[in-house]
Amino acid sequence: MAKFVGARLLESIPVLVLSSLLVFSVLHLIPGDPVDAMLGVASFGVGDPELLKKQEEAIRLELGLNDPLPIQYLNWVGRALRGDLGQSYIRHAPVSALIAERLPSTIELAFTALVLSVVFGIGLGILAAIQRNSPLDRIVMLVSLGGVSTPSFFFAMLLILLLSVGLGLLPATGSGGLDRLIMPALVLGYNATGLIARLTRASLLEVLGREYITTARAKGLPFRLIIGRHAMRNALIPIVTIVGLQLGQLVAGSVIVETVFARQGIGQLAIDAILSKDYPVVQGVILLTASSYVVANLLVDISYGFINPRIRTS
Amino acid sequence: MASSTPGSVPPSLSREPIVSSLQGAKRPMPRIPSSPGPYARAWRRLQHDRTGMAMLVFVVAVALVVILVPAVITIDPYKQDLRASLLPPGSQGHLLGTDHFGRDLVLRMIDGGRASLSLGLIAVTIAVTVGGLVGLVAGYRGGAADRVLMRLIDVELAFPGILLALVIVTILGSGSEKLTVAVGIGGIPRFARIVRGTVLATKHELYIEAARAVGVPGIRIAFVHVLPQVLGPVLTIATFGMATAILAIAALSFLGLGAQPPAAEWGLMLSDARKYLRIAWWLAVVPGLAISIVVLAVNLLGDAVRDALDPRLSSGAD
Repeated sequence: MAKFVGARLLESIPVLVLSSLLVFSVLHLIPGDPVDAMLGVASFGVGDPELLKKQEEAIRLELGLNDPLPIQYLNWVGRALRGDLGQSYIRHAPVSALIAERLPSTIELAFTALVLSVVFGIGLGILAAIQRNSPLDRIVMLVSLGGVSTPSFFFAMLLILLLSVGLGLLPATGSGGLDRLIMPALVLGYNATGLIARLTRASLLEVLGREYITTARAKGLPFRLIIGRHAMRNALIPIVTIVGLQLGQLVAGSVIVETVFARQGIGQLAIDAILSKDYPVVQGVILLTASSYVVANLLVDISYGFINPRIRTS
Repeated sequence: MASSTPGSVPPSLSREPIVSSLQGAKRPMPRIPSSPGPYARAWRRLQHDRTGMAMLVFVVAVALVVILVPAVITIDPYKQDLRASLLPPGSQGHLLGTDHFGRDLVLRMIDGGRASLSLGLIAVTIAVTVGGLVGLVAGYRGGAADRVLMRLIDVELAFPGILLALVIVTILGSGSEKLTVAVGIGGIPRFARIVRGTVLATKHELYIEAARAVGVPGIRIAFVHVLPQVLGPVLTIATFGMATAILAIAALSFLGLGAQPPAAEWGLMLSDARKYLRIAWWLAVVPGLAISIVVLAVNLLGDAVRDALDPRLSSGAD
């Protein structure tokens, strides 16, 4: 087991290094010079070219922009590992502070959405598989197909139309409080619920056709026990994969959901930063999201080893 | 599922010549009829799939409408008429109503639909071309090329959902064209992986080794003998990819990173509609439904294409 975990850990290192390189190069691939980008915002209206030059030089020295790129990259990674993601061009605050301020809201949203989609997705998937080809099965499949096809921002607006504008039950926008969490979490989890339901159904149907299930039935075990103890344990493997992958999708999806519902999370922070060309903030948010996604995938991979001992040896 | 229904046997296939040749008469050997290729058979299966054909007809019809209507009649989706602003659907002369500038929603939907479909198609084309080449080279050459290319694909996959598109838009800047490139690049990994997998599976087939044995150059083997095997899975993923691309482009436009006002783009129209949600629901519902229906149709078409190309994977049977 230790060998298996070690191999997976080693495999994820190049991916982490290369993704951090990509994020690092964001600042260097954008047309123009990072210093211009900084001064363009900071010194709006200051006309003295001499002063500007001195300012530029000072910033260059301070940021180490005169160093060779590999050194700059290593310094940047070193600082990032210590939690220093640089300064925002616009908000005049450390990027890490901006992220720390907004992260709880996004985690709360993504976690609620994940729980909703796992509970409803697996539940509906099991129901659909047991009552295969029943009207309920058809409805579940239709809803899950709709979840893949409806843009989340449209679904969000429909919910606002229905629950806020129409019935006046929930506040349409803002963050904080359970009543402002329900709609965003529903929207964010909708797509994942459909995927998980479809997968659970397919996976469970596949397992239910195996011989050991027939044996269990022949022994006269209660149906509930067959599903719960025998079938689901094997059916879970592909579901765990999808749930792990969905965690990353949920954080990425929060960009849109937070924009529609005007929630102060890191998704909205990223969009604001992109629109206002506040590159260090963009870098910080993307670095954080991508690396947590890689780590989540790693954990999923390792958890396979526990769920299914056969994978460890292959 | 049945690939050879009795009715589909052409009359020239009658068994008579074989029987009589067995009886000893010296007749010329019957011509062996060439069996339809895998793609011809897939097309025939697709034709028997009612949902699939309906979706194909629907998608083609939408494409024709958004291309032909502006070509046949001059439409101006930007013409403002402030006296006729925010008219509900069914108003005189405005079947779907008007927006806050009094612009006709039907015309804007047509104009936006053309943008959505064509940008989606371009994005998928980028993804198929680059991803296909990467997968072909990685799978066929193997070794170091494979390891390097697949690590790059892994890096792409480290950016979930629209996050990669956001990174690329940050680098390239916003706008419809750049957005399309970003979405296209985001689609590369799926194609690279499926092509690589298929190439790896076919590389050791006997007919490939035969070609190599008679001295066919590697490039020719890759393109003439291996590539056709890849087309099926690529076509399936490309259909689903089209649905994903339309959704992603609409989402990024919604976020303000794509088309800019006054352009008519479905995602942007939904974004504008937010301000009027309380007084003009149709501004959100019309483009939102349009995106959902088109994407749903393309997804169902993807299901049908997959089932037609590989009946073993058929999900409709269970």
